[in-house]
Amino acid sequence: MSNAEHKPDIRSYRLTEDEIARNFGDLHPPLTRSDALIEADRCYFCYDAPCTTACPTGIDIPGFIQKIRSDNLRGSARTILRENIMGGMCARVCPTEVLCEEACVRNGPEEKPVEIGLLQRYATDPIFDAQTPLFSRTPATGKKVAVVGGGPAGLSCAHRLAALGHDVVVFNRDNKPGGLNEYGIAAYKTVDDFAQREVQYILSIGGIELRDGETLGRDFTLNQLRESHDAVFIGIGLGSTNKLGLDDESLPGIEDAIDYIAELRQADDPGMLPVGRRVIVIGGGMTAIDIAVQSKRLGAEFVNLVYRRGPEQMGASLYEQNLAQTNGVTIHHWARPVELIGEDHITEVRFERTGFDDGGRLVSLAEYFTLAADIVFKAIGQILDLSVLGDEITGLEFRHDRIVVNEAGRTTLRAVWAGGDCVSGGDDLTVTAVQQGKLAAIDIDKHLRKE
Amino acid sequence: MADLKTTFLGISSPNPFWLASAPPTDKAYNVNRAFEAGWGGAVWKTLGEDPHIVNVSGPRYSALHSNERRVIGFNNIELITDRPLQTNLDEMRQIKKDWPDHALVASVMLPMNEQTWARYLPMIEETGIDGFELNFGCPHGMSERGMGAAVGQVPEYIQMATEWAKKAASVPVIVKLTPNVTSILPPAKAALDGGADAVSLINTINSIMRVDYDSLTMYPTTDGMGTHGGYCGEAVKPIALNMVAEIARTKDTQSIPISGIGGITDWRDAVDFLALGASNVQVCTAAMVYGFKIIDDLVDGLNDFLDDKQLTLDQLIGKAVPSVTDWQYLNLNYVEKAVIDQDLCIQCGRCYVVCEDTSHQAITNTVNGERHFEVIDAECVGCNLCVSVCPVDGCISMQQLTEGTDPRTGEPVSRDKANWTTHPNNPMRKTD
Repeated sequence: MSNAEHKPDIRSYRLTEDEIARNFGDLHPPLTRSDALIEADRCYFCYDAPCTTACPTGIDIPGFIQKIRSDNLRGSARTILRENIMGGMCARVCPTEVLCEEACVRNGPEEKPVEIGLLQRYATDPIFDAQTPLFSRTPATGKKVAVVGGGPAGLSCAHRLAALGHDVVVFNRDNKPGGLNEYGIAAYKTVDDFAQREVQYILSIGGIELRDGETLGRDFTLNQLRESHDAVFIGIGLGSTNKLGLDDESLPGIEDAIDYIAELRQADDPGMLPVGRRVIVIGGGMTAIDIAVQSKRLGAEFVNLVYRRGPEQMGASLYEQNLAQTNGVTIHHWARPVELIGEDHITEVRFERTGFDDGGRLVSLAEYFTLAADIVFKAIGQILDLSVLGDEITGLEFRHDRIVVNEAGRTTLRAVWAGGDCVSGGDDLTVTAVQQGKLAAIDIDKHLRKE
Repeated sequence: MADLKTTFLGISSPNPFWLASAPPTDKAYNVNRAFEAGWGGAVWKTLGEDPHIVNVSGPRYSALHSNERRVIGFNNIELITDRPLQTNLDEMRQIKKDWPDHALVASVMLPMNEQTWARYLPMIEETGIDGFELNFGCPHGMSERGMGAAVGQVPEYIQMATEWAKKAASVPVIVKLTPNVTSILPPAKAALDGGADAVSLINTINSIMRVDYDSLTMYPTTDGMGTHGGYCGEAVKPIALNMVAEIARTKDTQSIPISGIGGITDWRDAVDFLALGASNVQVCTAAMVYGFKIIDDLVDGLNDFLDDKQLTLDQLIGKAVPSVTDWQYLNLNYVEKAVIDQDLCIQCGRCYVVCEDTSHQAITNTVNGERHFEVIDAECVGCNLCVSVCPVDGCISMQQLTEGTDPRTGEPVSRDKANWTTHPNNPMRKTD
């Protein structure tokens, strides 16, 4: 129904200021002291606690909860942050329902785990609010390490290196540090400029020079860094996005979800962002959920999220799927786009139904439907922008287009480590990036002290 | 429904639950509310000589809280009544008139001279009260003036004052004992020897609640200074139960009726006291924490319990006393082992870590590389620690070894009883 007269219904301020403020306030309000004490009392203080095992950064969870019980919040925060310097952000964005809280033994009899994420936030918030120093640096080693990327992996690595006495330069592509914490996470998950307060806290340890707006492959090369530094850590994330691979993919109205989320995060007033009346989101990960829910919360009337496989295969957890549905997002499983329809702007997307064949391969069921759209968001994953790696690319090994590292984060290039979304084998979570940055820093330290 | 109507020393009340002498029984207003709520009796807030004492106008109470702010223990520095004697007597007279079927007992605290007792007791009795309770228990304030616990800690004084009271009173006399003694038996015996009709126990335990972490003074204070108070509430119940049971099972004291006091909060606590030898119970802290309405649970909980057990109240009283003995008479041939119900186990590992760190290394943490908690019979001494710390009700139980060999000792399980008095390791053992 291509129609030259069709005018896309895209505009700002679909909701009142109050509604926007409510929709983009804290998704999970912080616990009060009395809530926290009651919740902390629910922890059984397990031996060799399953929640700690499930935490990618290995935080001693019963240990920090015990300290909440005695109002020892500084000690509690120290327990958290010494394993995970981004424990404040992780408390907000971790899919705890598939990590620590899934492992909680309280899931057995009562199906209600201890609210570990909220307790972690309760313990760490005062530290970031007051910028209370909890860590200091060991004596200076005189070694200099370049960290490429100012996201969770890079900042975690930089903090641990600085704590171990090394001097660090962080080269950060964006105008602000924080990476996806600053640009890629739904606004209601991290309010009050928390990402920047966390970065400020990380930098306050000293010994870290942050250079914003300096991009690998444009302003310097990996080769140059290797010559001017004792070690290099690459934590550049994934620089570009996947394509649908359909004709007319450049039609106006078809956008990358992460660009829109970044814009939303940087907007002083989310309400000013133009949003379509009818929104289609293509994809099944956290980014898909984030853009779908945020579209709805900006006032979109119909938000259809379309994913080519079933609920179990979605990258977004069941909790996130429920969040989308309770926010009024309609999730369509088992369908993929085959045609983008519109003349000077997207108007409709045609989908084919899919299923698994006997061999578990995704196949077309040769049934079709169309959905109307004023905006289509692509949230089908990101890929590593290999071009930034320059000549050194020949010395690096790749798997599924991501950098191969060993358990300690070493690449195949001498004195080059990597971590975060750009390496192979991760799960694209903030908490994993933090852990990889931390482990790489520990290994870099070992390497530098041997030299 | 079981009949909870109680007669204690000839004093009848609709149920065995009396309010103890304390702030809840300070005035007719409170006692009226209590009787309306269903309490069986009240021991009026302790009367003293005129002029009446004064209380501080700062904090009188403080609490030991759980994290959800449940009051576990409670401390007070309040003294006896701070109203004129005549005001109290007028109100008591009115209460007894309005509530003739309810027990009304006057608590008294007087200096140690006979004339005072002879003067005050008849004046008080004249209001129509059903009995006296002699307050030999308050551990703070009044004890500095030679009354309360200062009397209760000296058996000779107890006996002397009890004799004076018995001489001056025609209604029954209950002696309220202080727990701030090394053994409760001499005070109980002294009361008995002095002619007391009953003892009531326990009064509060000397206590300081904590310090203030900012000022590093004790907490709470009155203008920067504090004093020890009396500790009560749920936390003191086990101490009280032991003292009640000691009196109830000891030959010299077992004949004296007991009114049980100390941390009673729900009907099960009352069952504890009654089964260990108390004929009725008195409650204060739970009412001060939750209000008078808790009487509903006390009454129908006890009622249903008696129905389920097909017992009368009288049959319950003292039922558990024969099970209390000295350590030396415990059967050393009896063997129990802990058993973990794997279907109920939530794998928290608490049993493992406490056994490993502080007991007998008798629980596994892994079996064939898998997280698995199981008792190692060859190490288990049957101590009950794992049962105590397990967060899942009924998951770990103690089971008796009735036959075969105890894998820990290698000794065959014997059905014969044997205790320390005849044990070969006992240098003082009895020999035939």
